[in-house]
Formats: sequence, C-alpha cells, structure tokens
Amino acid sequence: MSLDYSKELTLVQGNMTMADLDNAIAKPMDTKPNKNYFIALAFTSSLLLLGVIAVSLTFYYGIGEWGNNQPVGWAFDITNFVFWVGIAHAGTLISAILYLLRQKWRTAISRFSEAMTIFAVICAGIFPIIHTGRPWLAGYLIPYPNAMQLWPNFVSPLVWDVFAVSTYFIVSLLFWYVGLIPDFATLRDRTVSKIKKFIYSLFSLGWRHSNRDWRHYEKVYMILAGLATPLVLSVHTVVSFDFATSVLPGWHSTIFPPYFVAGAIFSGFAMVVTALVFMRKVFSLENIITMDHLDRMNKIILLTGSMVGYAYLMEFFISWYSGVPTEQYVAINRAFGPYAWGYWVMVSCNSIFPQLFWFRRFRRSIPVMFIVVVLVNVGMWFERFIIIVTSLHRDFLPSSWGMFYPTWVDFSILFGSFGLFFTLVLLFTRTLPVVTMSEIKGVVEGAQPSHYEGDHNA
Amino acid sequence: MPDNKKLHSVAALFNSVDEIISAAKKTTAAGYKKFDVNTPYPVHGMDRAMGMGQSKIGFVTLFFGLFGAAFIFLFMWWSFAVSYNIVVGGKPFLAVPAFIPITFETTVLFAAIATVVGMLAVYFKLPNNSHPLHDTDYMKAVSGDKFGLVIEAEDKQFDKAKVIEFLKGLGAYKIEDIYYPEQEKFRMFEPKFLLFLAIVAVATSGLTYVTLNKLMYITPFDWMDFQSKLTAQKGSNMFANHEGMRPPVEGTVARGFIPYPYKGQPMPVEVLSNPTIPTKQILELGKGKFLTFCSPCHGNFGEGESRLRGQFPVGPTLHSDKIINYPDGMIYHIITNGQNAMPSYAPQITRHERWAIVDYIRVLQRAQNAKESDLKAVNKESVSNVQN
Repeated sequence: MSLDYSKELTLVQGNMTMADLDNAIAKPMDTKPNKNYFIALAFTSSLLLLGVIAVSLTFYYGIGEWGNNQPVGWAFDITNFVFWVGIAHAGTLISAILYLLRQKWRTAISRFSEAMTIFAVICAGIFPIIHTGRPWLAGYLIPYPNAMQLWPNFVSPLVWDVFAVSTYFIVSLLFWYVGLIPDFATLRDRTVSKIKKFIYSLFSLGWRHSNRDWRHYEKVYMILAGLATPLVLSVHTVVSFDFATSVLPGWHSTIFPPYFVAGAIFSGFAMVVTALVFMRKVFSLENIITMDHLDRMNKIILLTGSMVGYAYLMEFFISWYSGVPTEQYVAINRAFGPYAWGYWVMVSCNSIFPQLFWFRRFRRSIPVMFIVVVLVNVGMWFERFIIIVTSLHRDFLPSSWGMFYPTWVDFSILFGSFGLFFTLVLLFTRTLPVVTMSEIKGVVEGAQPSHYEGDHNA
Repeated sequence: MPDNKKLHSVAALFNSVDEIISAAKKTTAAGYKKFDVNTPYPVHGMDRAMGMGQSKIGFVTLFFGLFGAAFIFLFMWWSFAVSYNIVVGGKPFLAVPAFIPITFETTVLFAAIATVVGMLAVYFKLPNNSHPLHDTDYMKAVSGDKFGLVIEAEDKQFDKAKVIEFLKGLGAYKIEDIYYPEQEKFRMFEPKFLLFLAIVAVATSGLTYVTLNKLMYITPFDWMDFQSKLTAQKGSNMFANHEGMRPPVEGTVARGFIPYPYKGQPMPVEVLSNPTIPTKQILELGKGKFLTFCSPCHGNFGEGESRLRGQFPVGPTLHSDKIINYPDGMIYHIITNGQNAMPSYAPQITRHERWAIVDYIRVLQRAQNAKESDLKAVNKESVSNVQN
C-alpha cells in the first residue's frame, strides 16, 4: 500500500455531515444505556466500594494497615500517586501540545483524554492525602493565616507538589470547561427534555456561537494551551523532584525530570488507547475516532517507550560512570536483587513489547494494540514501584535492610483507585459529549471557506 | 406579527460557509455596524470578513500572570524571611532557586483563572440566558450545522424592509424576526421572595455556627487523648500515700545534684566562697540571667525600682551598704534560699548561673557607686586595651 504523506489524511471518515456528527456524538446522552453499561458500572463501582472500605479502615486503624514499614516508608501509596499523575499527562499533551503543533487529528480524542486527565488527577490526589495518616490536617499544606502563624515550607519539593498538582487540576478543569461551553449550547438547542435543557442552559452560560465571541474564544483557547504546555511538563518534573532532590542512591539523579515526563506521557497514552478501543466500538464512533488516530497514538507510545528504555540504560551507565559504590550497588540490586522480577516486568513491558509498533500491521491491529497498552500500564506501575521500593529496601546499614510486603488493604486501595477512575469515565461517557462537537465540525470536509487562503485582501 | 413586542434584530440563515463569509463581507461593506455572525464552530477568516482585528485578551493573561508571579514570590519571601524564619537544610531565607517551582505554578494559575473569568464575565458578559436570540429557530439552526447573520435594530442604518431585502439579496434561505422576550416581573417584597431570603439567612447563619463552633472541634479519632497511663500530679491508689509521683528514696542524692549545706537557714553563720572569676563571659551570662530573673523586682540596675508597677512587693535596692558589705556567698545564699517575700530561685537558675549573677551584682554595685579613682582606673584600662 502506497501512502501519500504530502496530503492530510481525512480526519472524519464515512462522509459524515455535521448533522450526522452531532447525532453520533449526542447519541449516548439522548438514549437510555443498555444492560452492558450497567454491568460495567456495577463492576467498577464495586471496585470503588472496595477502595472506600480499605481507605476507611486505614483512617480508623491508621496506616499500620498497610505494608509500609522501616526501611520502606513509601510504597503503594506514592507509587499509585506517581502512576495516576502520569496517566493524567496524556490528556494535556493531546489537548495543549498537539493543539500548538497544529495536529488537527487531536480534535476527535481531545475531550475524552482531557476528561481522563481530570479523573486521573482526582485519583492521584487521594494518595498523598491518605499517605499522611491524618488527612484532616492536610489543610496545613495551603498557605493561609492560621492560629499558629506558621507558613508551609516553600523550599520543600513536597509543598511544590501541592502547588503543582492543584494548579494542574484547576487549569485542566478550566481548559476542559472552556471547551465544553459551545457543546453545552449545542446540546441545549437540540434537547427536547425540560430538565436537560435547564442543566445545559446553566452550564452553557447562554453561549450564542457568536463570532464576536469566537474571536476571543479561539485566542483564549490558544493561551490556555500555551499555559498548559509548560505546566504539564512542570508537574511531573516536580513529582520527580520529590525523589531527585533527596540524597538517596537510586533517587538522586538528574535524569529524573525528563525521564518522568516521558514515562508520564507514555503511560497516559497507553491508558487513553485502552479506553478508546472500547469507547469507539461501544458508541459506534469508528468514523470519528478512526484507526488513523490509534495508529498515531501508537507511534507516540513507541517514541516515549523508547525514551523510557533509554533512561533505564542511562541509569545503569551513570551508576557505573559515577564510580560511587552505593549507586552501583543500587543499580545491580535493582536488576538482580530480590525485586529483580519486578524490574524485568518493567523493562519488558515498557521497552520491549512497544517495539512491536515499529510495524504498521501491529499499530493498526486492535488485539495487538490492546495487549501492548495493557502491558504498558502494568509496566509503568511497576516502574514507579521499582524506583521507590528498591531504593529504600536496602538501607545504608545492612542491619537496617528489609523487604516490603503489601497487605490486602494496599491492593484494595490500588484497585479502588481504578474503580474510581473507570466509574468516572463511564459516567462521563453518558453525561457529556465525548468528542468536542464544535471542533470536530470545524475539521470536516468543506467546513472552512474554500477561497480563504487566496483571498487576503478582500 | 405581535405588536406589543419590541424588535431586537432580523436574522438570516445560510447553508454554506462560503455564503456566510461573503455575506459578512457585504454586510460590512454596506456599512452595518451592529451585526453579528453565528456559526456552530469558529470559521477561519470570519474576523477579517467582519472587519475585526486581533483579540486583545492576551494582555489580561500577561498582567495577571506577572501579578501572580510577583505576588507569590514576595509572599514566600515575606513568610520565610520576615514573618517566621525557618532554617531548612542551610538554605538562605531568600532561596530564589527553591522558590522557582511555586512561582511558576502560581503564575500559570493566576493567568489561567484571570483569562477564563475575564473572557466569560467581562468580554462575553455571560451568564446571560435571557438574550433575545435564545430559544429561536435561528439559534437552534446555528447550534447545529447552519450559519447565521443578524442585523440588530439598534444599528443606525436599520430599516426593517431594507434589511430584509438586503439579506435576501445575500442568498439567505430563511429570514426571521427576533423580538425581545417579554419582561419577567420581579417584585422585591413578594412573600415568596421574602421567605426565600429568610431561609437563606437562617441556613447560612446556622451552617456557619455549626461549622465554626461544632464541626471544627470534632476530633476524628481521639484515642491518644485519653490513655490509661499515669501522668504527673495525678493521684493513684497503687501507692500508700495515694500520690502518682514518687519521692526520691530516703538518703539518696540525684545525679548531678549537689546538696546545699545551708538550706533553710535565714542567717547562716558561714557561707560558701565564690568559685568563679569575673571574666567577661561570666559577666555576660550574669547580666542575661539578672535581667531575666532579678530585674523585674530589683530593677534593671538593681536600684530597687520594680518594673511590676506595684503588682508585687517592691524589691529592695542592691546598692545599700548592707548588701555591698555582704560576702559573695551571702548573696548566693539569698538567691538560693530566698528571703522574706523572695522565693528560692534554685529551681530556675543553675548553680553556675547564680554565681554569675552574684558577679554581675558586684559590677552593678561598683558602677552605681563609682569614685573618682575608678574613673581613672577605667581610663587606664581602656588605654591599655588599645595598646594591647
């Protein structure tokens, strides 16, 4: 098959008109969900309930319910936090960075991945708070004039984290909502139900698709994309500072910020593909979220996966090159010590299996793609686990060495976070348009004026 | 046509994007000012067709971004270097590199919030669900896949017949009159509204009260506040004397404790001799302790001028002949043992510090009762200090 790379691929396939697009996108909101949807929702909300029970037990009895103990003080809690923050990054990359790079194919998937960003940040935000053991005191992290006249320690990476993650959440939410306003207006004008009309009117704020508004709207969208781009890079950089600024072999490494950001985009794209594979099928959106979209996303997974693989090799090289015996020990212990199994799960899932995506056939095969992205999700969770636990379990003195054994509460909270995430995703697909209607209509054939380019002086 | 309604505008619908672009251009050329184009998505080139320039909203972002950066940087500096100094890892109080991440995040936060709020509230004047265009067939069409152009009645050139003719000429497939909606009447003193206000007032104050006085004082888990251990000053039935605290075993001396031989004697026959030499270090220590413990009653210079302004018996002057003639050990004895209204200061001040105070009192006494010869001695000393 010969490909003409000089021409843009058709973004929306199947000759869909704008009215077809509206109908296809609004269908999940106009129709009643079927039995399968409720089965899926029951499954995810059961997982969520399991997580709620485990977190309640943690609050009641304390974090002694977890497997964390000396010398491994950070384990599943921080692993899950870094994992979920990483998942969040794909949404902002698609909605902001690909927007600035004029990648029009992003329009079909931007809304869905932005939603995943928000849900993933919600999941991530839970973990540092429950990790403190006394979540009701978490308010002290916010600088407000309190009775003790104390302020947060602004030079601590953990406080940077609070600012980075909460800013990221707020800005993502704003970005998402700004994108939703015209769609709320379209839904408001489509619906016949009074209650729905009231809700959509409320959230559309009375948007009128006026070009005098579109003028500012497009500018603001670009400004938000410009703000979100450095923001998304800063968030995982700051998360990596939690480790990199400490003086612990295995953590104290300057490669961490780019390595974490690449890993975040990698895992986020894998999660978006995992969900999109189902979503496009269930809601019959194959003409909008086409195989070309998945193909391009798989290319990004291949790129970022290779970057992560490079970082694994570089960590080994630097530990040898540094000449520091403890660094060398940590590197060798990671690959051949008691957690070697986890290390090799990580390396194979993150750097070896995604290499299948060099082949166009595999990039465009749903079963292969699905298996690889699920493995990537597993591998990226193990990456954070390996970084955190293997650096801690061999303390400087052999008398302080220990192992980390997770309890059932640890696992329940992990599965509970997946339950929360997918419950939110399922609810989202039925309540809000999963594709940005106002953007996708602008990229169908014949949506933009034909003589626009040559008519500058008219 | 309803006569009692006021005309807002005349709206025309078009089928294709090329038609709406040329319609906008012609409307601009015809000199209409108060007109608008409604499209389901932003159409490229429409701003120029309508004769509008670039949006200036970027300046809002710039201003609030810079404001956020300056605000949080100054705030961190103030809280760290001025309000409450905390030394962390030997970093300076103005730790510029360590302030960068938060400064950056806050810049983005302020800029993003200000831009979005500014756009929605100031530029678009939203929320506004009572605009005449709402709930018209025109709005429903442009929300979907049609393109519309409205010319408002407030335009100076507006003449209904002419405008309809003009829009037909542009190729509109449908033309609609848009009227202002009937004004809803709100009466301030309707019982329903007053009831609503009362409910809001009660709910707000009730919630505030519960939050501030009850909710804030709930301890989620208070197990550690109530423990079965024995604390100091508590009684206990385990011991014969029903006291929780145990006295030392008779005839023993605690580590580091030297018994004072003249304890409890008002006028001991003999006293200890001063073991210290009045070096500068000792005198500085004595001065500090004197100002802390002695000066409230005896005055900053020992002249018996109480700083407590009569709330406590005024301590006597330390410059009387009686005290000047006391041996050092006697002053030490009074500090240790107490005298008249003065309690023992032995629990608060260590032995060494008590001797330092005695030395400092001697300095005060000499300074307050200086003679001509002392002045010469001081001069001589300072000259010799210079030479040294």
